[in-house]
Amino acid sequence: MAETLTKKSENGVKKTPAEKGMGAGLRFLNNLASSSTIDKLKLRKSTEKVVYHGSKNGFKAVGAVGRTFASKSKQDKPARQPKVGGTGAFDLTPTDEQQMLVEAFGEFATNELLPIATEASNNCVTPSEVLKHSTELGVTMIGVPEELGGAVEQRSAVTSVLISEALAKGDLGLAVAVLAPAAVSTAIGLWGDADQQSTYLPEFVGEDVPAAALAVIEPKPLFDPFKLDTKATKNADGGYTLNGVKSLVPRAAEAELFVIAAELDGKPAMFIVESKAGGIGVTPEPAMGIRPAATATLSLENVALEAGSLLGGADPEVYAEMVRLSRIAWGAVTAGTGRAALDYVIPYVNERKAFGEPISHRQAVAFTVSNIAIELDGIRLATLRAAALADQGKDFARESAIVRQLTQKYGMEIGSNAVQMLGGHGYTQEYPVERWYRDLRAAGLMEGVLLV
Amino acid sequence: MSINLEDPKKFKPLIGQAHMVAEELLRPNSRKYDNFDHEYPVELDMLRALIDGMEEGAGQAAGATGVGQSDTMKQDDKDGNKNGTNLSTMLSVIEMCWGDCGLLLTMPGQGLGNSAIAAVANEEQLKRFKGKWAAMAITEPEAGSDSAAIRTTAVKDGDHYILNGEKIYVTSGERADLVVVWANVDPSAGRAGIKSFVVERSNPGMKLDRLEHKLGIRASDTAAFILQDCKVHKDNLLGDPEVRTDKGFGGVMQTFDNTRPLVAGMALGVARAALDETRTLLEEAGFTIDYDKPTAHQPGAVAEFLELESDWEAAKLLTMQAAWMADNRKPNSVQASMGKAKAGRCGTDITLRCVKLAGAVGYSENSLLEKWSRDSKILDIFEGTQQIQLLIIARQLLGKSSSELK
Repeated sequence: MAETLTKKSENGVKKTPAEKGMGAGLRFLNNLASSSTIDKLKLRKSTEKVVYHGSKNGFKAVGAVGRTFASKSKQDKPARQPKVGGTGAFDLTPTDEQQMLVEAFGEFATNELLPIATEASNNCVTPSEVLKHSTELGVTMIGVPEELGGAVEQRSAVTSVLISEALAKGDLGLAVAVLAPAAVSTAIGLWGDADQQSTYLPEFVGEDVPAAALAVIEPKPLFDPFKLDTKATKNADGGYTLNGVKSLVPRAAEAELFVIAAELDGKPAMFIVESKAGGIGVTPEPAMGIRPAATATLSLENVALEAGSLLGGADPEVYAEMVRLSRIAWGAVTAGTGRAALDYVIPYVNERKAFGEPISHRQAVAFTVSNIAIELDGIRLATLRAAALADQGKDFARESAIVRQLTQKYGMEIGSNAVQMLGGHGYTQEYPVERWYRDLRAAGLMEGVLLV
Repeated sequence: MSINLEDPKKFKPLIGQAHMVAEELLRPNSRKYDNFDHEYPVELDMLRALIDGMEEGAGQAAGATGVGQSDTMKQDDKDGNKNGTNLSTMLSVIEMCWGDCGLLLTMPGQGLGNSAIAAVANEEQLKRFKGKWAAMAITEPEAGSDSAAIRTTAVKDGDHYILNGEKIYVTSGERADLVVVWANVDPSAGRAGIKSFVVERSNPGMKLDRLEHKLGIRASDTAAFILQDCKVHKDNLLGDPEVRTDKGFGGVMQTFDNTRPLVAGMALGVARAALDETRTLLEEAGFTIDYDKPTAHQPGAVAEFLELESDWEAAKLLTMQAAWMADNRKPNSVQASMGKAKAGRCGTDITLRCVKLAGAVGYSENSLLEKWSRDSKILDIFEGTQQIQLLIIARQLLGKSSSELK
């Protein structure tokens, strides 16, 4: 059936919107089926671990030797995807396409992320097979316009929220590793000009998707994404020079492409930076959590960029939109991991006995479970509201700030309560809740990295 | 079809009307009836006529009558998504309570008894009680949250039941035309014997004992009744007269799945009144609320305001979810309780902290902030306390009975 639909479109036969939606969804399912769900994953070879741990203990490496990004086609103007209209009715039901994606990514998260999460966290690495499979599922294609080979008819922040949530239900750190390149493809899909889109986006819809990262946060307390220490200066030839330090950049050592936030003429802006540009140093920066994302410090010393590297034309509104979409994305992964925590705590407190009965028979325990459920749903609904507003092309500054607030306050509370419900068990690595505790702390403080 | 959590476009006129009523009629009378405990707000009679007109015009209820079984619900989308009276009523309740919660509670014709009648009455009863104002009498001196433990009895006597017992905390009990009274027809059957009866306010067997003096919602009368050989015709029994042990009490309790979002809506309305006022005061004091800037870089008052606003939003969305599920006939007991629990506790937290932010201005009777923080407390108590909501949620999530998780 998928083939028929594809052929139809090749023949230029007009499809109904429903058929189009079905076609895109089936494409994902086909990818899922043909890739290696059955092939059990083998964990990363020990050699790779050695490389990472060696570097962790000291030296700074140069950025990955990246591929050559070159414009594949000529576009007159950048592709922009239409905003969602809708009926104006309140509705929490995902579309059939969204539902299919949630199921596909949910299955991937359960079968492939969750089982390796502890080891990936300990080793600070995400196995390449997992990453490969995630790109086969189309994780980086979500934000790419269809005319540039993207997967879905309409880019949708809501769809990205649902996928991020599904992935993070398996593991937050692995989800960040998987989603990191998608942040870059989404950013270029949203704000890239015609040249930038035709140069970079084809790589994100192909077989061999590059590692890539959206680098915003810097190593300083009370970091404000609108007041950056990383500076860009304009050169006489129209190019730019970047200087500064970025913190907690996911998969930075292998990344071939970055979108980097830097101040230009006193205002925050974004730049597309290829790893092979000189002057980029990568130092591993393992953190409390999201360790499978192999976070690293990125140092930029007189990194020379061409004139076409400025993303979004240094428009402050574009930059603010990036910050907001990123905060929504962190709300989405919090909702996913929070759900994992709730789902784990419920059977535990029902089975664990103390004083002759399940501990869930005590209000102190039971009410904690209720409160996890309440605040979790609050985060989730606020995240969906903000994303839906973004899709409708409406202002969502207030709503993304609310997502941020709720994520900060309750994401961490959920992580803490989950450990508390398991008591001493929760504190050991035999149980996953201590990892969720560590990962959820990231969600409320991170800027950039993810984008919906 | 797409995920969307905005107030439905088609309810915008209704919400706008409710807000106007709140602003022009309720808010200006707020302080007056807070001071005149037990005095009937005569302004409401005019409002009743107005609301009847609004309902006929818009086909949607602004008060409590609309929720429950409604055949007027229209489909929004071809795919069957419904935005109906549960959602529209909850949204207009927010606006009305932004005006004044006490006055909404004593709105003629909009009692909780009306919701019960709307939810479970048969055709004949619906016709007979149409246009009447119905209060709800559940609580007794020895039975509050534990509503299955009520002691009021109803003994069959020919075509009538004879009711005996004592009822307290009957909102609008003095002013209503009818009182829906919970009584047990077969105490040996326990909770399965609990039935609800519509008692005319003029029934000589139901005597008004006293009116309460309260912390807040003083515009609304709260009555206590003594039922002494109160004779009620059997046609006034709501629902199934048979005692069925399998279902019965559950059916009675189901009304709450529809009414909890409304009480949550009340808490949301009062809290938003406080937030709006506080925002104005903060802005007048020279603070600006910046949604993008990290709160750590903003003044403490602004950071606190953002925290309160975020909790409000979470509570509103949870409540909308519950009402939307009711409109779409999805089981919503957990979601209704989540909305009520979150809105109830945020209501007091937000209003009390807004008083703190405003300092003497908030504490003095010169502003309404102090009043709203008194009004809000009841909303975390009636229609199921915070603790009862947490129990309902936990029992369902954990799969526990009320004897296991007490």
